Amino acid sequence: MAEPGRLRVGIDVGGTNTDAVIVDDQAKLLAKVKHPTTSDVTTGILSALRLVLAQLDGAAAGISHVMLGTTHATNAILERRNLNRVAAIRLGGPATHSVPPLAGWPADLRAAISCGATIVDGGVEMTGEPIVPLDEDAVRRFLDEVAEQAEGVAISGVFSPVLSDQEYRVEELVREVLGDVPVSLSHEIGSLGLLERENACVLNAALVAVAARVTAGLGDAMTVNGISAEAYIAQNDGTLMSLDYVRRYPILTIGSGPTNSMRGASYLTGATDALVVDVGGTSTDIGILTAGFPRESSTAVEIGGVRTNFRMPDLVSLAIGGGTIVGPAGDDVQLGPGSVGYRLTSEALVFGGTVPTLTDAIVAAGRAHGIGDPSRTAAHERLLRRAVAASDARIEEGVDRVKTSGRELPLIAVGGGSGLIPDSLAGVAGVERPENYDVANAIGAAIASVSGELDRVFAYGKDGRDEAIAEAVRLARDEAIRAGADPGHVEVVEIEEVPLAYLTDPVARVRVKAAGPLKTH
Amino acid sequence: MTAVEVGTRIDLDNLPALSLGCTVFAGGGGGDPRIGELMAMEAIHRLGPVEVLPLEALADDDLIMPCGMIGAPTVMVEKIPNGAEGRVIRETYEDRFGRHVAAVMPFEMGGINGVLPVAWAAYAGLPLLDADFMGRAFPELQMLTPHLYGMSGSPAVITDERLQTIVFNTRDNIWLERLVRNCVATLGGSACGGLYPMTAGAARRPAITGTVTRAIRMGEAIRRGGEDPLSAIGQVAPLTRLGQGKVVDIERRTSGGFVRGSALVEGLAADKGRLFRLEFQNENLVVLEDGEPLATVPDIITLLDLHTGHGIVTEGIRYGQRIEIVAFPSPEVWTSAEGLSAVGPRAFGYDFDYVGVGVRHG
Repeated sequence: MAEPGRLRVGIDVGGTNTDAVIVDDQAKLLAKVKHPTTSDVTTGILSALRLVLAQLDGAAAGISHVMLGTTHATNAILERRNLNRVAAIRLGGPATHSVPPLAGWPADLRAAISCGATIVDGGVEMTGEPIVPLDEDAVRRFLDEVAEQAEGVAISGVFSPVLSDQEYRVEELVREVLGDVPVSLSHEIGSLGLLERENACVLNAALVAVAARVTAGLGDAMTVNGISAEAYIAQNDGTLMSLDYVRRYPILTIGSGPTNSMRGASYLTGATDALVVDVGGTSTDIGILTAGFPRESSTAVEIGGVRTNFRMPDLVSLAIGGGTIVGPAGDDVQLGPGSVGYRLTSEALVFGGTVPTLTDAIVAAGRAHGIGDPSRTAAHERLLRRAVAASDARIEEGVDRVKTSGRELPLIAVGGGSGLIPDSLAGVAGVERPENYDVANAIGAAIASVSGELDRVFAYGKDGRDEAIAEAVRLARDEAIRAGADPGHVEVVEIEEVPLAYLTDPVARVRVKAAGPLKTH
Repeated sequence: MTAVEVGTRIDLDNLPALSLGCTVFAGGGGGDPRIGELMAMEAIHRLGPVEVLPLEALADDDLIMPCGMIGAPTVMVEKIPNGAEGRVIRETYEDRFGRHVAAVMPFEMGGINGVLPVAWAAYAGLPLLDADFMGRAFPELQMLTPHLYGMSGSPAVITDERLQTIVFNTRDNIWLERLVRNCVATLGGSACGGLYPMTAGAARRPAITGTVTRAIRMGEAIRRGGEDPLSAIGQVAPLTRLGQGKVVDIERRTSGGFVRGSALVEGLAADKGRLFRLEFQNENLVVLEDGEPLATVPDIITLLDLHTGHGIVTEGIRYGQRIEIVAFPSPEVWTSAEGLSAVGPRAFGYDFDYVGVGVRHG
């Protein structure tokens, strides 16, 4: 019998499966389930939640928190589906005309998202002084032009992280002309670096409908299953956001999947320094855990071919997974790029379907047991054998690309398709396959940290910069503790400092994020 | 190795290679070339590829326009140029000299400035000279080779995104540096400019030739180099490996219009147990170990990403990065007595003399 109010549900929505787990306040796994992801996604969440609750008597009443990790946003961008049409306004003319908004975007993504982009005179210098006065008439004219199509507006001003007045002013103009349309402001989303911040801002505006559907779907799934608990969604740095926050900043959910699986892998094995390979249905992510956390990428991160300046786990992603379709290519074998995705259990050979997949290949190779009917693979033996060899080579190369030293590291294999990972790999000190490897993602979501953020302008004054930063850190920690983090384990995740050169005294905008595990009772 | 490849054009295929090469030869300075690359990409996309011309291809009295951005690259990633700055500089010179500009030339072959003039050449429909006046990146305007030959940087033209222009006729190149630096600060921290305008005949002595095509070859080698970028780099330019490690501390401050600071690098692998200190003023100036210099300006000191071989600019150094510290020999012109008095370690306030990496590390 579950104790009331001490249980947490972690849910992970992948391209192929929706996984759900229940853990107690010591993060001990009590129940788990895998359910195929449905094309509407929400039904899958609802069913997975129902099935996992059914494993534990009276659990619904004991749930205090529900944490969801989802690839909705990533997939919407990769598949160019369900995206809002966005009008992009840059405040920066006469500067910045040499690189227009959305320059360098893949043409099809641009076509799916953009309903118009403009550069109007405006923006500020690093001193906060206007470059030239903001051209409000030009903003109004542009909004009139796009009024019919715009489902979202992205506003990005030159040096807006230093002074954001103009972005707020243009938001007011949007309200006047277009009424209640979702607006994203670049200074709330990214830091210095206009193009990357603008890209992230436009993507964020395009994801508002996706975020609304996910949050509503999660709410419904909880209500239907009789759960009244705090709901959170995981973000890219391994911390949790409230549903309100997700609706405003959906872009922050991107990259949460790999973070969750790596944190989950660390939890399942107790390893703090290891390679983690997460094989899903459509893709394989290879990353490195350092001191229990994913190593972050030091270079700009591309999302669907668009450059942004987010902090993301440093990953090598391969477009192969358990659902990858295998076909002949002359004398050789072709892996993907297509995948049967969530239709694996109806279309793969071992499940009575007609499409040879990598799952069929590893079943035929004897690497996976208890999956479908191995005898159905017989007709494709040669093809499937080659597919396994090709897949092994790709994974070995990917592992080598992630490593930055010759030192051998243990490898933790997780994810539903982890049978794809061979038992020995060059440069690897042994492959570990933890129990519950197939729900590492959902466990990662369930144990994710809660965070507190502080974003304030500090005058460094006579006490100097160190004092101001210390104060900012203290306030962010307090905020995290208020949100439910364990005071003994709150750590600073990020400190960002933007000097405001327009004031004569040293003054800076300081952003600090602190996070820690949920406090146990 | 030939200095010039006839028929080289900069197009959308090899532009990224040029940009990558500029991260390696910048010696940490000159800013991330990315923004210049995007501007050039946009210009080539609209107007077609840019022809790269050896200096020998120009007649003695052809006018060339050495140009680039001046100021803080960190400002330019926010306040991106208008795009017409190159045209304004060119028209100002053409008015002044009463003749057409025959070719555009990067005055600095490293960082943003190795790529930005490509955009201006594309917009003007002019060729780009396969040469520059630094052979790397340097922070100040008297640190260009014509200064060593007693040539004047004036008339210099500075313009901003509002397309305001200021023409400088200064007493000497030290005054030019001083006045331009102040003017750029007033314009918001970064601006575009033309300096040391001269004929092709006059440029033959100071020009460091072949540097544009060398940067392209370097970028292409890194892109092909795959798992072993360092040996690919070593095949394009003589490379001295100073040490491999992890950045454990980075300290930066902006003063006097420059970014000054230092980084501590803890040795890894074969260099475990060693501790390197890198000091920079926009560009990397010296690498020290136990207080002793391992390499100094004017040799080109670059931090390379251990995995990709990409050069890391000083503002991009971050805690935890795994890097290889390397040095390339300085262009010869800077190692003369006059060269060292302008850009040697003592010119940057250090109390030791220049010893080339080739000599020091055999």
